[in-house]
Amino acid sequence: MKWEVVIGIETHAQLSTASKIFSGASTAFGAAPNTQAAAVDIALPGVLPVANRGAVERAIRFGLAVGATINRRSVFARKNYFYPDLPKGYQISQYEIPVVQGGALVIATPRGEKTIRLTRAHLEEDAGKSLHEDFHGMSGIDLNRAGTPLLEIVTEPDLRSSEDAVAYAKALHALVQWIGICDGNMQEGSFRCDANVSVRPLGETQLGTRCEIKNLNSFRFMQAAVDFEVQRQIALIEDGGAVVQETRLFDPDRNETRSMRGKEDAQDYRYFPDPDLPPLVVDDGWIERVRATLPELPRAMQQRFVTQYALPEADALALTASRGLAAYFEDVARGVNGDAAGAKLAANWIQGELAAALNRAEIGIERVPLPAAKLAALLTRIQDQTISGKIAKEVFDAAWAGEHGSDADAIIAARGLRQISDEGAIERIVDEVLAANAATVAEFRAGKEKAFNALVGQAMKATKGKANPTQVNAILRRRLER
Amino acid sequence: MLTATLAETSAALHAGRISSVELTRGVLDRIAEHDPALNAFVTVDEEGALAAARAADAALAQRTAGALTGVPIAHKDVLMTAGLRTTCGSRMLARFTAPYDAHVVAGLKAAGTVLVGKTNMDEFAMGSSNETSWFGPARNPWQRDHVPGGSSGGSAAAVAARLVPGATGTDTGGSIRQPAAFTGVCGVKPTYGICSRYGLVAYASSLDQAGPFARTAEDCALLLNAMAGHDPRDSTSIERPVEDYTRDLARPLAGLRIGLPAEYFGAGVEAEVGAAIEAALAVLRRLGATTVDVALPNARLAVPVYYVLAPAEASSNLSRFDGVRYGHRAERYADLADMYRKTRSEGFGDEVKRRILIGTYVLSHGYYDAYYLKAQRARRLIAEDFRRAYAACDLIVGPTAPTAAFRIGAKSDDPVEMYLGDIFTVAANLAGAPAMSIPCGFTGAGLPIGLQLQGDYFSEARLLNVAHQFQQATDWHLRAPAPFA
Repeated sequence: MKWEVVIGIETHAQLSTASKIFSGASTAFGAAPNTQAAAVDIALPGVLPVANRGAVERAIRFGLAVGATINRRSVFARKNYFYPDLPKGYQISQYEIPVVQGGALVIATPRGEKTIRLTRAHLEEDAGKSLHEDFHGMSGIDLNRAGTPLLEIVTEPDLRSSEDAVAYAKALHALVQWIGICDGNMQEGSFRCDANVSVRPLGETQLGTRCEIKNLNSFRFMQAAVDFEVQRQIALIEDGGAVVQETRLFDPDRNETRSMRGKEDAQDYRYFPDPDLPPLVVDDGWIERVRATLPELPRAMQQRFVTQYALPEADALALTASRGLAAYFEDVARGVNGDAAGAKLAANWIQGELAAALNRAEIGIERVPLPAAKLAALLTRIQDQTISGKIAKEVFDAAWAGEHGSDADAIIAARGLRQISDEGAIERIVDEVLAANAATVAEFRAGKEKAFNALVGQAMKATKGKANPTQVNAILRRRLER
Repeated sequence: MLTATLAETSAALHAGRISSVELTRGVLDRIAEHDPALNAFVTVDEEGALAAARAADAALAQRTAGALTGVPIAHKDVLMTAGLRTTCGSRMLARFTAPYDAHVVAGLKAAGTVLVGKTNMDEFAMGSSNETSWFGPARNPWQRDHVPGGSSGGSAAAVAARLVPGATGTDTGGSIRQPAAFTGVCGVKPTYGICSRYGLVAYASSLDQAGPFARTAEDCALLLNAMAGHDPRDSTSIERPVEDYTRDLARPLAGLRIGLPAEYFGAGVEAEVGAAIEAALAVLRRLGATTVDVALPNARLAVPVYYVLAPAEASSNLSRFDGVRYGHRAERYADLADMYRKTRSEGFGDEVKRRILIGTYVLSHGYYDAYYLKAQRARRLIAEDFRRAYAACDLIVGPTAPTAAFRIGAKSDDPVEMYLGDIFTVAANLAGAPAMSIPCGFTGAGLPIGLQLQGDYFSEARLLNVAHQFQQATDWHLRAPAPFA
């Protein structure tokens, strides 16, 4: 039987506010336990929450970026359950009326673009952390994270494979950073996903029974967890069994999902509107003020790159992976020269040499040591044929290392890398190569085209790569055909 | 001097007839002498009180003192007081020291009052008799085998027995007004949002409101001046210009239209209570007021609605008392669930547990719509009743409670009977509107009877005006229980 996979994703994006969602305590990561927990965060008797405008504003930013409806009036609700790292015994969240409703995210998949509909995005507070080690049979509680603002972003069940799921998660991850509402740090838990996975026979319209896989904090884990879960569910059904609705946890060591709690253990959270917080009112003026500060969004920028720079879509997509990268590209492209060839050259170098160098240094574009103007100057020397593309790589390495202030011309001059483009000089070299490689010349004349390349190689070698390869080719061809 | 009203005390302090330290020592002595018979105080802070009194005397000497400077007061033990034990009348917090001041506590501190102690109350403000306190019942100074009312029973008893000229209380369904009525003092429940709830340990957040107790309306106005005001730490605190609640005290009552809802004068109101209310209305008419019949058709819903919504909020508000971070924790337990179970079983009394159970039930899946949502709809109808009524009248008058104080233990086995005693007070909380109770007579057995004045939103100054004018024409508020006179 052919199976169709159906996935919906819930993401918790930590909003990049300096203080917590309902208290003035700092949200900075990594402080000593319980040093960033104010009276409100530890739920002392008598304390009250006050909503953080910055968190609301970030939710509005998100809603605008995905074309959602911003509810003019949304409601904070209490989700009641007992756990030691939940100090109030309830989490303040939004339940029936979230601040952001609807919207969509377009993702790129191997089978083309896909529109993933969003159900909602709502504001809520994070819980603290239970520390089960180092306390000799007891548990420690760290409430630094308690009250950290989160935006929970929920999709419709529009994803059809683990690849879709990962593409969505990556696109969302890029977007929340792009619009500056979340630092996207997955190791620190700033961006975590839960996947709701079900399968159904292809053509069936009813949804199958789903399982929720909790806390997928890397794209690799998401892919592995969904793949495992899909196979598990299909095998289960094909063996005559049935999927049981439950919450599962991914174990990255064993690459499998494990049951955490079943539906029968599902708690009754007794949601009700929080009487301490009046309905959250967002007026048109606020929305328009936020809209005015939104940057150009990735999709719009991709389309502009295609039209303005005549870049292939794949390049436009790759170069808009982050706002920093896109800005770097545009700076380089402008510096090289506005035309399509210059932009393509910039795109190639940024995705090639520069990406590799960043990778090797294990840094992101925001910490790139080579300013865009310096790279542009280097690429200009390729364009005006001062150096070949191959020599340019040596210049790039030196510029990356900061040699001569990363100034391409200074590096070329100091290292004597200027391309040999003097017709006479190249002719002399070619003649020398022909004289010294009579056997290869004979092979060529006997019809072996490959021998030609060997002769080009000899000429380049003789000039330490500096000869203009186009000229070498032309002169050699002329000489041999004489 | 020690049994003087707050305004008289203030005048004596400003005139230098007595120092705040002398006054405070006298008050502390009176508490030591009389409180064992009343159990009105949970904590007495002699050291803190004398330090505050010395500071007040310095301010008085430097002529930087205000109306409340140097005046001894007490706070209901549900209000957080920095450095001082704050128990909420519960074993759960029996040894809990508050690390900060509630907004209203800070306001009264800034006004120069001298905090002498914390008063007894029904556990977590849940009760109408002060019998649910972990520290035992406070007693009614008029008849010590009777309850002082609740939940702010200790504050009411302390003011009635002239142990302090003023005190704070909190009112969620009548917890200031009913004990004021039962002990023959004045108590004001302001409009919801007038006094910040920051530092008021929540019972039912959408209903809780702090307010003053004193013997006269004028004293209540002086205290309210220091308690009211916007507080950005409470999102339900109302932002509006600061008012002087004494401004209208002297206003004549000519032209005042008093609404009389038939629902407040029917069966269930004890005859003696009804007669005292009629007599009070005659006084108000003599002072120039006219009366008009108004209807509050949904008044009968108030008690059931209250006993759905208040427990619902309470069940959630009290979840933080879990033994993890502060307060009582069971000594021995097998695991986390056992720790919660034992801690909360030991830490909470029966009435608190009953309301947590009711609240949990009405919020549960499958019952939420039938109880919680329906109650919220009924709440709006009740508020709507008042809105319509105030088109025809300026304020609504009736009994604060259908009976006078009852004997300790008389209703403790019948919670519903106890709840029905709240019939006239809960509606103001549900509507969020202001109301107050003033003494208007006594039963044949010598127990005080309270007159309730209710008004539209932000009409506190008007209520205080009417109460003050009534007190200029009557002397009920001047009567003192014999042993404490």
